[in-house]
Amino acid sequence: MDQMAEHGQEVKLVGAWHSPYVHRVAWVLKLKGIAYEFVEENLNKKSSLLLSCNPVYKKIPVLVHHGKPIVESLFIIEYIDETWKDNPILPTDPYEKAMARFWAPLIDEMLLEGSRKVPYAEEEQLEKQIQQVSEAMEVLEGMLKGKKFFGGEKIGFLDITFRWMTIWLGAIEEVAGVKFFNSGKYPLLEDWKNKFIGFHVVKDNLYPMEKLVRFFKKYR
Amino acid sequence: MLKSEDVKVLGSWSSPFVMRARIALNIKSVNYEYLEERLWEGKSELLLKSNPVHKKIPVLIHGDKPICESLVIVQYIDEVWSSGPSILPSDSHERATARFWAAYLDEKWFPTMKTIGLAQGEDARKAVIPQLEEGLVLLEEAFGKCSKGKPFFGGDQIGFQDIAFGCFLGWLRVTEKMNGAKLLSEDKTPALLEWAHRFCSDAAVKDVMPETDKLAEFSKMIMAKMRAAATPKS
Repeated sequence: MDQMAEHGQEVKLVGAWHSPYVHRVAWVLKLKGIAYEFVEENLNKKSSLLLSCNPVYKKIPVLVHHGKPIVESLFIIEYIDETWKDNPILPTDPYEKAMARFWAPLIDEMLLEGSRKVPYAEEEQLEKQIQQVSEAMEVLEGMLKGKKFFGGEKIGFLDITFRWMTIWLGAIEEVAGVKFFNSGKYPLLEDWKNKFIGFHVVKDNLYPMEKLVRFFKKYR
Repeated sequence: MLKSEDVKVLGSWSSPFVMRARIALNIKSVNYEYLEERLWEGKSELLLKSNPVHKKIPVLIHGDKPICESLVIVQYIDEVWSSGPSILPSDSHERATARFWAAYLDEKWFPTMKTIGLAQGEDARKAVIPQLEEGLVLLEEAFGKCSKGKPFFGGDQIGFQDIAFGCFLGWLRVTEKMNGAKLLSEDKTPALLEWAHRFCSDAAVKDVMPETDKLAEFSKMIMAKMRAAATPKS
């Protein structure tokens, strides 16, 4: 509690509700019990706050703590983990940490690049994109062998990094009429996905699927 | 127990990413075996086994564990050999800033520089220069904020950002030489110009920084091969 009181002053999360990157930072803040102010950005008309906090990329999310900005969602998560040390997200073992840091951005890239354009893709492109997502899922399935979560017994860095996938991909499945999840081919991933439906913390942070689906349909 | 296990680095003398791993090990005074990969002659069994995903160098092999991706490797080295001089800053916000700039260099700045090699014609090549200069001006500003008047981004000693950026100095100089340009200059990036000299003369760096002329010759060879293949590489 003392730790929270000391560090908890003035935490702002600047983002947009439909961004998976914002989602995962919000989840970490919630997991750690960190109070924060959410500042919703209109990405078509970026605020001066966003532009001053992230002048290089002008992207969300931005975490502002004690008036100082931190950008790039995976770096934000590491920052939060290093600042609020209760309920650690990253592994303590340097090798496990290195593995987490290696896989997180790589799988992210594969899933995002594979899925992002699916709602608007032409047929030939669609097959290639679905293949990319499949490859990522194959890796994730392998990582889950013998584990409850990617983080082992508890939720860890990789669980948080990929949690967005279950919502984002679910919405895309509905909009594009494709199937990414395959309980026959990736049973461990299916089990993992279903674990979050029961979780209290995650439940609070669940974006309504319908809202995301409408969002994708609008841009189709 | 873990620290005393064998350390190997798989790399190539011309790779700035490999330099990062070697500089970090030098800073920590860790003995390691360096294995040169002759990438143009085909990748070794060890490399393909240790980095099956990307098949790229550097790979750090500690005991029987391979670690890939240069920035992941540098952080790993910093955390395992924690009694040596620190590479990442101790302050969390400064760490986040250091990681940000390292990622910027890898995802934006250096890929821009690589396009010069593939650009068709002098005009196309020269069009890239201002983009690189713009990035360097941002880094000059970052240097001012991070170094706080000290010789390096990391303060009194070389740190994460110094390593992340400094490894590109060889290729930066080759680019300057081959395009008759001045990327680091007195008027736009005076602090970085001086920082570059200090970095390259540092004990942890000087034996692993390739000579500009050797790199320039190598660069000509690659560019010729790339143009012959005529497919853009990422």
